[in-house]
Amino acid sequence: MAFAEFESSHILVVLPEILLLVLAGLILALDIFWRRGRRQLLGWVSAVGLLLTFIATVLLSRPEIGGDPMLIFGGMLRHDWTGFTFKLVFIFAAAVTSILSLDLNHLAARGEYFALLLVATFGMCLMATSSDLMMLLLAIETTSIPLYILAGFMKADDKSTEAGLKYFLFGALTSAVMLYGFSLLYGFTGETNIYRLAAMIRVGAFSPWVLLGMALLVLVGFGFKVSVVPFHFWSPDVYEGAPTPITAFISTASKAAGFAVLLRVMLATFPSIESYWTTLLAILAAATMTIGNLLAISQKNIKRLLAYSSIAHAGYAMIGLVALSSFGAASLVFYLVGYVVTNLAVFTIVILFARTAGSEQIADYAGLSRRSPGLALALMLALLSLAGMPPLVGFVAKFYVFAAAVQSGWIWLAIVAVLNAIIGLYYYMTILKVVYLYRSDDDHVAIDVPRPFAVTLILCSTAIVGIGTISGPWLNLAVEAAKTLF
Amino acid sequence: MNFPILSVISFIPVGTAMILLLLPGERKNLIRWVALTAAAACFSLSVVAYFSYDQAAGGYQFVEGPFPWIGALGISYHVGVDGMNLPLVLLTGVVIFTGVLISWGVDDRPREFFAFLFILATGVFGVFISLDLFQLFFFYEIAVFPMYLLIAIWGWKVTREYAAMKLTLYLFIGSVIALVGALAMYFTADMQTFDMIALQDAGFSTAFQRFWFPFVFFGFAVLGGIFPVHNWSPDGHVAAPTAVSMFHAGVLMKLGAFAALRVGIMLMPEGAKMWAPLILVLATINVVYGAFIAMVQRDFKYVIGFSSVSHMGLVMLGFATLNLNGLTGAGLQMFSHGVMTALFFAVVGMVYDRAHTREIPKLGGFSKVMPLVAVAFIVGGLVSMGMPGFSGFIAEFPIFMGLWQRQPIVAIIAALGIVITASYIMRIIGRVFFGKIPEEFEGHISGINNFDRLALVLLAGILILIGVYPTIMAPLVESGANAVLALFGGA
Repeated sequence: MAFAEFESSHILVVLPEILLLVLAGLILALDIFWRRGRRQLLGWVSAVGLLLTFIATVLLSRPEIGGDPMLIFGGMLRHDWTGFTFKLVFIFAAAVTSILSLDLNHLAARGEYFALLLVATFGMCLMATSSDLMMLLLAIETTSIPLYILAGFMKADDKSTEAGLKYFLFGALTSAVMLYGFSLLYGFTGETNIYRLAAMIRVGAFSPWVLLGMALLVLVGFGFKVSVVPFHFWSPDVYEGAPTPITAFISTASKAAGFAVLLRVMLATFPSIESYWTTLLAILAAATMTIGNLLAISQKNIKRLLAYSSIAHAGYAMIGLVALSSFGAASLVFYLVGYVVTNLAVFTIVILFARTAGSEQIADYAGLSRRSPGLALALMLALLSLAGMPPLVGFVAKFYVFAAAVQSGWIWLAIVAVLNAIIGLYYYMTILKVVYLYRSDDDHVAIDVPRPFAVTLILCSTAIVGIGTISGPWLNLAVEAAKTLF
Repeated sequence: MNFPILSVISFIPVGTAMILLLLPGERKNLIRWVALTAAAACFSLSVVAYFSYDQAAGGYQFVEGPFPWIGALGISYHVGVDGMNLPLVLLTGVVIFTGVLISWGVDDRPREFFAFLFILATGVFGVFISLDLFQLFFFYEIAVFPMYLLIAIWGWKVTREYAAMKLTLYLFIGSVIALVGALAMYFTADMQTFDMIALQDAGFSTAFQRFWFPFVFFGFAVLGGIFPVHNWSPDGHVAAPTAVSMFHAGVLMKLGAFAALRVGIMLMPEGAKMWAPLILVLATINVVYGAFIAMVQRDFKYVIGFSSVSHMGLVMLGFATLNLNGLTGAGLQMFSHGVMTALFFAVVGMVYDRAHTREIPKLGGFSKVMPLVAVAFIVGGLVSMGMPGFSGFIAEFPIFMGLWQRQPIVAIIAALGIVITASYIMRIIGRVFFGKIPEEFEGHISGINNFDRLALVLLAGILILIGVYPTIMAPLVESGANAVLALFGGA
C-alpha cells in the first residue's frame, strides 16, 4: 500500500468531516446570536446542513471506481469505498436524528445538543477511515464522549442521567482496555499505522497466543461499541433512558461505526491468527444473537425490546466478518445499511407514538392499526424487515450474511443464525399482534404525524422496500466497498 | 417479446393490494368490487395460460428471463411453467377467485383483508412459476407471513392467536432450514447461479445429496403437512376465516409439497432415492393416522382439517414412489385436493355462518335449507373417497398403482385411509345435511347468495369435469412427471 504524498485533492477526502465541524460551529454561533424563539429552527439547520453534507460527500468525496485505496495524511487516514460508504450511513443517520429531535421538549432549542450530535458524527466519519491506532483512539473518543453527554441530556430525568453515567462508565472502562491492547501492539512492533504494523507482525515470529491476547484486548473496546455479548450490558438501560432520537442514533450510526472499525482492524492487523479470532467471533456472534433474541422476548418496553433486538442484529452482522471473505465483508456492509435504515424507521414511529400517546409500553400500542392505519403499516414493514421477511431489505441482508457463512463453511453458525431468525420473528410478531389485533379505548384518536416525520418515514420505508427488491446494484456497491479491505 | 402472462398473473394481486390500501376504508363495496375484478382477471388469465400451453412441445413454456436480478450472485428473475406447475397456477387462480366470492360478507376492515389475501396470492403464484431458487424463497416467505395476519385478525376468536403464531413459526422454521440447504447447493455447485434448470446439471456428489436432501425436502414438507410436523395445519385451518382456510389448505399446502419436489427431489435425485423409504413411512402415517383423527373429531372444520393432512399424505406418497404413475398421481392429487378442500371449507364456512356452531351432533338437515351446499359437499365427499367419475379417482388411482409397483404393503396400508375417509365423509353427510333440522335452527337459516352459488358451482364443476374427462389434465401432468423422472437417469 502506497503512502500518498500530500496533494490538495486530499482535502476533498475529508470534506465531510470539515463540513460537519463547520456546521457544528455554525449551530453554536446561531445558538448564541438567535433569540429564544428562533432557536427552534436549530434542528432544521442541522438537518438541512447534514443533507447538504451528504450530497457534497457523494459528489466530491467519492473514491475512484476500481481505484486503489490511498493512505493519506501521513498514513493517518485511508481513502477507500468502505470508509466512504460508512460515512454516508453516519451522515444519513445523523440527519434523520436531527429531524426526529425537532420538537422534543427542551432539546430542540438547545444548540449544544445538535452541536454534540454533529461532533459525534464527525468522530464516526474518522473512525471509518482512520488507519492509525492513535487516530483511531482519538476518533473513538471523539465519538463516544458526545454520546455519553447526549444519553444523559435530560438532566431532570433520572433514567436519562443513569443512562449517561452507565454508558460513560462502561465506555471508559472498555476504552482503557482497548488502549492497553493498542499500547501492546505498539510495544511489540514499534508502529502505530495498522498496515505497517500488520507487515511487522507478518515478518516477526510472534506466538499466536500473544497476538490473540492483543486481539482480545482490542476486541473489548470494539465489542462495547457494537454491543456484542458479553459487552452488551449497558445497552438496554442506555437505550431506555436516553432521549429517543439519541437511542436511534446510538443503535444505528454508533453501532455501524463500531463495525467499520472492527472490520478494518481485524482484517488488516491479525491475518496470521485469523483461524483463532474467527472462531472466537463465531462463538461470540452465536451467543450475541441467542442472548439478544431470548431476552427480547420478555420485554414490555419497546425501547428495551429494540435494545435487545439490536444486540441480536450485531450478532447477525458479525457473521459477515467471521466468514472472512470479500463477499462476507460486503454482506456485513449491506447488512448494516439495511439495519440502519430499518431501525431509523422503527424509532421514528416510536417517537411519533410517544408524542401523542405518551407511552413506550408495547401494550399501549393496542389499536394502532385503527388509530393510524398508515403508521401501523409502516411499523409492520419495518419490523418485518428486522425479522428478515421479503421483499424487505432485512431479508436480502440476512440472506447475504447466511450465504457468506455457508460459503466459508460455517454451517453450524448459519443454522444457529436461522434458528435465531425464528425467535426474532416471534417477538416482532408479538408487537404486530398488539398493533393489529387488540383494541384500545383511544381507537378513534389518530396519531399526529407532522410533515418532517412523515417525509422521514416515507423515505425509510421506500428504502426498506426498494433496497429489498432491487438489491443488485446495492450489493455491487457493498462488494466494491469490501474489495478494498483485502 | 410475447405477452408476459405469468408475470402478469403473479403481479396483478400485489398491484391490487397496493390499490386497495390507497382506497378509503369506508367504501367497502368499492373495495369488494376491485378485489373481485382483480381475482377474476387472475382466474381468467390462468385459464388462458392453461389452455394455451402446447402439450405437444412440452417442457417449460411462457418462459420469461432469465433477467439478472442480483447479478453479483447470479440471481435472476426467471419464470416458466411445465406440466407439474401449470395445474397449480390454475388452482391458485380458481381458489383466489372463489375465495374472494365467498368473502363478500367480511365486514371488519375488508380493505386490509383483501390486501393481505392478494399479497399472499402473489407469493403463491411467484413460487409456482419460479425457475430460480432465490426467487422461489423470496416468494415463499411472502406467502407465509400474510397468513399470520389473516388468521390472527379475522380468524375464529377462540384459537386464532395461538394457531396463527404456531403456523407462522412452523413454516418459517421449515423454510429457513431449507434455505441453508439451498445455500449449500449454490456454493457446492460453484456455478455462480441460482437457476434451478442449471443446477439440475450441477452433478452434486451422492454423499452431498444424501446429507442435504432432508434439510431441503423436510424443510418444505413442513408446509406440505408431513407427519410429524403436520400439527400446525389443522389448527391453522380451523382458526382461519373461510377464504383463508380455502387458500391455506387448498393452495398453501401444495406450495410446500411442490417446493419439496422442485428443490428437494428434482435437484437432489440421489438423496431422494435414499430417503424415499422414510418418506413412504411418514406419508403412510399421514394418510392413515390423519384419517383416523378426522374420524373422531366433533368439530366439522377439524374433520376437514385432518382430512387435508390425510390427503396430503397421498401426495407425499406419490412423490416417494419415484415412478411415473406415482408422480403423475401426486401432481393430479395436488390439483384435485386443492379444489376439493377449497370446496369443503367453503361449505363449512357457509354452514357455520348460519348455525354459529360446528359441533357435528348439533347440526342436521341442512340439505333442506341449502340444497346446493349439500350437493356441493357430496361432490367433494365423493372426490375425497376416490370415487370413479370424480377427480379424486383420477388422482389416487395412479398413486396406488405406483405404490404397488414400488412397495405393495404400503399400498395396502395406505388404502385403509380411503376406507376411513369414506366412513367420516358419510357420517358428516348423514349428520349435517340429512336428518331433522334441530328446532333451534328451524326457520332461522337463510339461503346462500349468488356469489356463494357461483363459487360452489365452479369448484364442484371442476371436480366433475376432471373426473369424467381426465384428458384435460392427466397427460399434461404426466409430461411433467416424465420431466422429473428424466433427472433420475430413466430410473
